[in-house]
Amino acid sequence: MEKLEFPQVGEVMYHQVLENGASVFVFPKPEFQKGFAFFATNYGGMDMRFCLDGQWHDTPAGVAHYLEHKMFDTKEGNALQELAANGASPNAFTSSAITGYYFESTEKFEENLKILLSFVSVPWFTQESVDKEQGIIGQEIRMIEDNPEWKVFTNLMEALYENHPIRVNVAGSVESISHITADTLYACHKAFYDPANMVLCVAGNVDPEAICAAAREILPKEAGPIAQKDYGAPEPPHAARAELVTEMEVSTPMFQLGCKGDAPERGLSGLRQELVGELAMEALVGTSSPLYAKLYQAGLINASFGYGYDSYPGCAFLYAGGESKDPAAVKQAVLDEAARLVREGIDAGLWSRLKKGLYGSQVRGLNSFDNLCVSQAQAFFAGRNLLDFAALFDQLEKEEAETMLARWATPERTALSIVRPKGGAALD
Amino acid sequence: MTQVTHRELQPGVWLRTVHTNKFKSAFLSVTLMAPLEAETAGANALLPSVLRRGSAAHPDMESLSAALDELYGGAIEPVVRQRGETQCVGLVASVLDDAYTLGGEKILEPAAALLGELLLDPCTEDGAFRADYVAGEKANLLDRIRGQINDKRTYATHRLKQLMCREEQFGVDKLGDAQQVEAITPAGLWDRYRQLLRDAQIELYYCGSAEPERVEAALRPILSKLPVNPDRVDPDCEIRISAGPEPQLVTEAMDVTQGKLAMGFRTGGVTCWEEDYPALVMCNAVFGGTTLSKLFMNVREKLSLCYYASSSLERMKGLLLVSSGIEFQNEETAKKEILAQLEAIRRGEIEDWELEGARRTLIGGYRAALDEQGRQEEFWLGQAAAGLETPPETLCAQLETVTREQITAVAKKLELDTIYFLKGKEA
Repeated sequence: MEKLEFPQVGEVMYHQVLENGASVFVFPKPEFQKGFAFFATNYGGMDMRFCLDGQWHDTPAGVAHYLEHKMFDTKEGNALQELAANGASPNAFTSSAITGYYFESTEKFEENLKILLSFVSVPWFTQESVDKEQGIIGQEIRMIEDNPEWKVFTNLMEALYENHPIRVNVAGSVESISHITADTLYACHKAFYDPANMVLCVAGNVDPEAICAAAREILPKEAGPIAQKDYGAPEPPHAARAELVTEMEVSTPMFQLGCKGDAPERGLSGLRQELVGELAMEALVGTSSPLYAKLYQAGLINASFGYGYDSYPGCAFLYAGGESKDPAAVKQAVLDEAARLVREGIDAGLWSRLKKGLYGSQVRGLNSFDNLCVSQAQAFFAGRNLLDFAALFDQLEKEEAETMLARWATPERTALSIVRPKGGAALD
Repeated sequence: MTQVTHRELQPGVWLRTVHTNKFKSAFLSVTLMAPLEAETAGANALLPSVLRRGSAAHPDMESLSAALDELYGGAIEPVVRQRGETQCVGLVASVLDDAYTLGGEKILEPAAALLGELLLDPCTEDGAFRADYVAGEKANLLDRIRGQINDKRTYATHRLKQLMCREEQFGVDKLGDAQQVEAITPAGLWDRYRQLLRDAQIELYYCGSAEPERVEAALRPILSKLPVNPDRVDPDCEIRISAGPEPQLVTEAMDVTQGKLAMGFRTGGVTCWEEDYPALVMCNAVFGGTTLSKLFMNVREKLSLCYYASSSLERMKGLLLVSSGIEFQNEETAKKEILAQLEAIRRGEIEDWELEGARRTLIGGYRAALDEQGRQEEFWLGQAAAGLETPPETLCAQLETVTREQITAVAKKLELDTIYFLKGKEA
């Protein structure tokens, strides 16, 4: 196995591409009791249209998530229960870009790892078992539809994007999932769950060679074809609409403000864009920025306020949101402040403090095995390694953030999503 | 190797240190532990947020954030927690461990100093907290109190606890009551602050690579400003053995698409201090505590009635709480099924895989908590509130020996006290 060392952040990572094309990454952590394994496919909620063996498929919204639920079914019963019976805490998630299965355990790690690799590789469901899941997922969809934080974010995606499938809900709707059949799920599994489209990341008190051996034993021996994805017509640079407002049972209005960015490149330039994006948002509305103090002092934002940069294949955006009495005023203040930073430049002292702060937060984040493994899987699919960030920090210049704000944080590229209290409670 | 120490530095003022090299960060917290009471809950809850606004040396958010950025993006957060009938308010900090600074600078000492400064040397005007800070944080706290309806799953359990324990301190909202919070003045809050510093049990906590002696030295300046009081109050927790003769039924309506069913049981006096507590922990796990549990396997997987159905324990108070999200019309079916699953446990119908699965999951969970700084701190705070010193390893050892019969015996003690149902509004 290839051994990569990152002494500055105290990490060692082993890497191997197996004969079947699957990639394995291992972070040995001899001082820890638990182990964490994350097995993911480069396939998520937004990959609805794809081409396999020369044939185009249009699948219903929510199919990747539905497949995730059904993958736990095995010939013997259910992998979730099998893992739990071994004391492991298993779970899975589907994001717009990836589907990941994972568990944490302090006992029988290798046995659990084999269960994980096996159930994700072998689909085992019938029309009957697929139909039965409609009820559970239908309730899950209803639960998230009642969640205002989720609503305000998905609405922002809808407002920002015209064509890109990031605008579609990962779980789909009760209606869209009603079209999902066992055949749909088998087709999607064939298209995207090939070893060459997958990555295994493990952290814990483990032997990297033993992890590779388990993967070689359980995973399919040969690589198959991987589907080609289609994200629809090219996305224009401006926001699809300036504002999207909806009403729910909430006590205070919630909002998410987004600035549509340029699609990230693969590899280190994408990582650089991400770090610059995070720092640009710190300088613009971060807790150390002058604007944050002003907005907080004026009662326009509170502790629920959050912000950052996010990206998926084919799209990237800056976002900021939380609760506010007056989301439109926050939006105006943010755009004004962006214009000021572009005009006057970011304060050099603030920039170097923000870099130090972000560096420390990223290093602290490495404590979490979940974060380590999930982020490495995402980084791998984006053509880089998670820990590449450490070497990049020194090079980041404030002019890059200023250029980004000048280009992205403009009225044309900005959208505002608001969830207002039901019954049209007045905004004061 | 991890080493844990717990020492009383002054009467009622304790320091726990967890010495380990396995983390990239150091975790520091200071917690004031007071009885949860309706009269003081709001002011106590408000206090950490006002303290977090600024100290005499760092009087505003910008200077505080700049200081934290210099500590490599350290975070100091105000927290309000409830353990039994103890309200725990304070500040928790997570900073980069000294081993990972780029210039080899020390972080523990300045971080401890900043934490101490926020707690004991706040930014004041006219001998009290700054009026604008109090007003701003009052508005935020009121938003939080009113915002409890936003997450319907948590809200349903919150309402259940409130209704079930309406005559007990436990039912007091740890964030306080909106009306009382409205009425708080800077001077009133200042008095509450002085009282808490004098009367509350204080728990200091550190987890990271520094030796206990160095931690104590770093925290010493904090202690020197605390009043010495030999009679700091040790909060109590009332335990009701039995539910009422008939379960209390409450239904409320909101504009939601999914119904929330919450059911509260009294554990018949079984709490974290009792010998049969490990059996109760196992009973809860078998019933609804894991993805192997009866509730998950039957209410969700077999009957597809819900996305979630789970149970949890209030270990100091002796409560077992069930929570589930269902279609409105399935209320009766779900209720019946939940009770039927409890009956099955009472009859001893627990398969080997259910028993061992619950045991392995619980033990795995407690062990894994030692690998996360936040979870570890939560654990030790809970022990401090309960006056217990047993480490997670002891509970793991006890769980290894719990038998099916012990689980059945403890299940028979459970009494249904209150059922809460949150339904949609009629169209």
